[in-house]
Amino acid sequence: MRRVYFDHSATTPVRPEVAEEMQKYLTENFGNPTSLHYFGRQVRKAVEEAREKVAASIGAKPDEIVFNSGGTESDNMAIHGVAMVNKNRGNHIITSAVEHHAVLNTVKALGKQGFTITILPVDKYGMVSVDDLANAITDKTILISIMHANNEVGTIQPIKELAALAREKGIIFHTDAVQSMGKIPVNVDDLGVDLLTISGHKIYGPKGVGALYIRKGTRWRQTLFHGGAQERLRRAGTENVPGIIGLGRACELAVENLEKESAYLTRLRDKLIKSVLDNIPHTRLTGHPTMRLPNHASFCFEFIEGESMLLSLDMKGIAASSGSACTSGSLEPSHVLLSMGIPHELAHGSIRITLGRDNTEEDIDYFMEVMPPIVERLRAMSPLDQENEFVAESSCAACKVSSSCHR
Amino acid sequence: MAIREVYLDNSATTRPLPEVVRAVVDALENNYGNPSSLHRKGVEAGRVVTRAREAVAASLGVAPAEIVFTGAGSEAVNLAIKGARPGKRGRHVITTAVEHHAVLNACAQLKEQGIEVTVLPVDAAGVVDPERLAAELRDDTYLVSIMYVNNEVGAVQPLVEIAAVIGAARKAGRRLLWHVDAVQAYGKLPLRPRELGVDLLSISAHKVHGPKGVGALYVAPHTPLQPLVAGGGQEWGLRSGTENVPGIAGFGVAAEMIAREGHLAADRLRPLKKRLVEGILAAVPGAVLNGPACDKENPRCAPHIANISFPGLRGEILVHSLEGRGIYVSTGSACSSGKKPGSHVLQAMGLKEDVVEGAIRFSLSITNTEEEIDYAVKNTAAVVEELRALYG
Repeated sequence: MRRVYFDHSATTPVRPEVAEEMQKYLTENFGNPTSLHYFGRQVRKAVEEAREKVAASIGAKPDEIVFNSGGTESDNMAIHGVAMVNKNRGNHIITSAVEHHAVLNTVKALGKQGFTITILPVDKYGMVSVDDLANAITDKTILISIMHANNEVGTIQPIKELAALAREKGIIFHTDAVQSMGKIPVNVDDLGVDLLTISGHKIYGPKGVGALYIRKGTRWRQTLFHGGAQERLRRAGTENVPGIIGLGRACELAVENLEKESAYLTRLRDKLIKSVLDNIPHTRLTGHPTMRLPNHASFCFEFIEGESMLLSLDMKGIAASSGSACTSGSLEPSHVLLSMGIPHELAHGSIRITLGRDNTEEDIDYFMEVMPPIVERLRAMSPLDQENEFVAESSCAACKVSSSCHR
Repeated sequence: MAIREVYLDNSATTRPLPEVVRAVVDALENNYGNPSSLHRKGVEAGRVVTRAREAVAASLGVAPAEIVFTGAGSEAVNLAIKGARPGKRGRHVITTAVEHHAVLNACAQLKEQGIEVTVLPVDAAGVVDPERLAAELRDDTYLVSIMYVNNEVGAVQPLVEIAAVIGAARKAGRRLLWHVDAVQAYGKLPLRPRELGVDLLSISAHKVHGPKGVGALYVAPHTPLQPLVAGGGQEWGLRSGTENVPGIAGFGVAAEMIAREGHLAADRLRPLKKRLVEGILAAVPGAVLNGPACDKENPRCAPHIANISFPGLRGEILVHSLEGRGIYVSTGSACSSGKKPGSHVLQAMGLKEDVVEGAIRFSLSITNTEEEIDYAVKNTAAVVEELRALYG
């Protein structure tokens, strides 16, 4: 059976060049970078080279990069660390309704510890408005965390404008760039952000490694893990050396191939979106029509339950998802779709196709061959009333966030 | 073939086993799915994690649902110490003076939050007195964190006696959590947290020929623990973040080996250590062993760590000179290498300044051979003689 991987926002295969480079650090170069002897020094050098590569890929300086275990840890590190250091200055944190749970749940936990939280609404495309942010800022605001691109609907936020506003007011700005890295340009100075989250396994690097960019001079402190003096006291624990080497190479490759790859993916994506909307009735694109990630197509299919679609696709060899991987299996519809005003019933019929560098036109053709019959069959079985068209609500009352992911 | 390289710094990190490397690479190349995904690629990756979890659980004699994978041993320690819920009355924690910095610095964080921390002293061999623990327990003590094997001198703490003290306190109605940092003991000594009544136990993969970037915390059922990292709720909500599938796969293979052969490790390591220690003490006048006497009958002596001082010389210089002869050792814990002068462990043991300054640590692995030990003994003696001629 043909196998098509369409879930690159959940995770990506490791590029052969990356895997190959890592292997040496699993075998002969196995030293602990903190050791003073040759085994340690040789590995320390490689870790610092990887740091330079990561830094270069986002226009940062090497000492502004802290390696850790992944995007989630980065988000936690960034938000918690800023909150704890700056709480004498103010206790207000602003984020958006469409953030990843790593951000939302961290912010909500702080909400229980005396911080005041504002969760900005989004428009029907999942976009945060600069005016809303301006109105939400108070003299107690210490941190704004808004993602660069959304994982579920692919919408790219106006980070430059949002961050400029923060800078004007002297507020620290964090962005989760886990989904945008390698797909659109990510440059910390262009964006004007103070902290930025990167994950290895979303950019054809390994799982278990990520990085946090911390602009020099940002009032931030490590608050999660304490112990040895690794990462200049910014993150204790023996470095995941093979992972770090892999992340360095993956970042390098992500930037090298960015233009070419994103043009290629945009073409595939547009073909996919057009084909779906033209050929499958009662279907709508979710997220912004143009301000979206080049590899990202997400839809809601009316009268269908997303999970049955995914299972049917899986049986045809196609791996897709309904939204965020880590809320897969949750019975609650996506908080992102709800916050965009998409009603419950429709949000249940969501599907996310995220393309990668190995996908081809034939993959899209294959999808278009198997998908319409699946939709037809599921709709025929659907108990949902097809006579009542759903009306989108604009209220965001339903944007509650589930506190954990049921696996 | 003449020996040119002897790696005796296995407490800092170990060389991953070929089977481990194969498992990591296989996961990198083939099992790249996200375990949270519902489709086949996700399910396959999830299966890799499940298998590894079963292997790690089996190596500790616990249930798979009691294993939480983390990004490192230090993270596991931090999760245990900072994540342990104090309950209504808890405001006091007890630990020891010879813990790894992950424990000591996590406890320092608790202190900042208004928790009182009692640091138990150790004797000249680096061993804690269980009666001292009993004396320090208070009504508001909610957490005790005591390591199993000390990373610098190889002192094995009397866990059975400590378990008795903690068991008695619990019987008397105290609500007490017990964390054991078993990073250095794992794979070398039998480890059965359930039998001891341990609630939380930290281990790390790269100290047992597994990959870096992965550790685990054993969490006994009903242990009140809160996560340090919030997000997607992976690892039963105790540690969010996409699982490090290749790292976990490698850890699983290393754990399988421990479950299979771990009980043999001590018997293989002990003669090597004895050979090393006796060899050096015999060949180098003035050399002293720090920590418990190296003796099969001494249960306080770890089978793989030997800390030896050459008073009058500096440990760093010895480390570099030995490296010149292809022997890799350290002055103490890798993660405090190059930081503050003088090991906090040796100082807590009350050793004299010149003994502290002249200490180096040899740490063995089951992959080391007698020939390597003999090479190390011969060359250590030669290096010390050279340096003494130079500095003496």
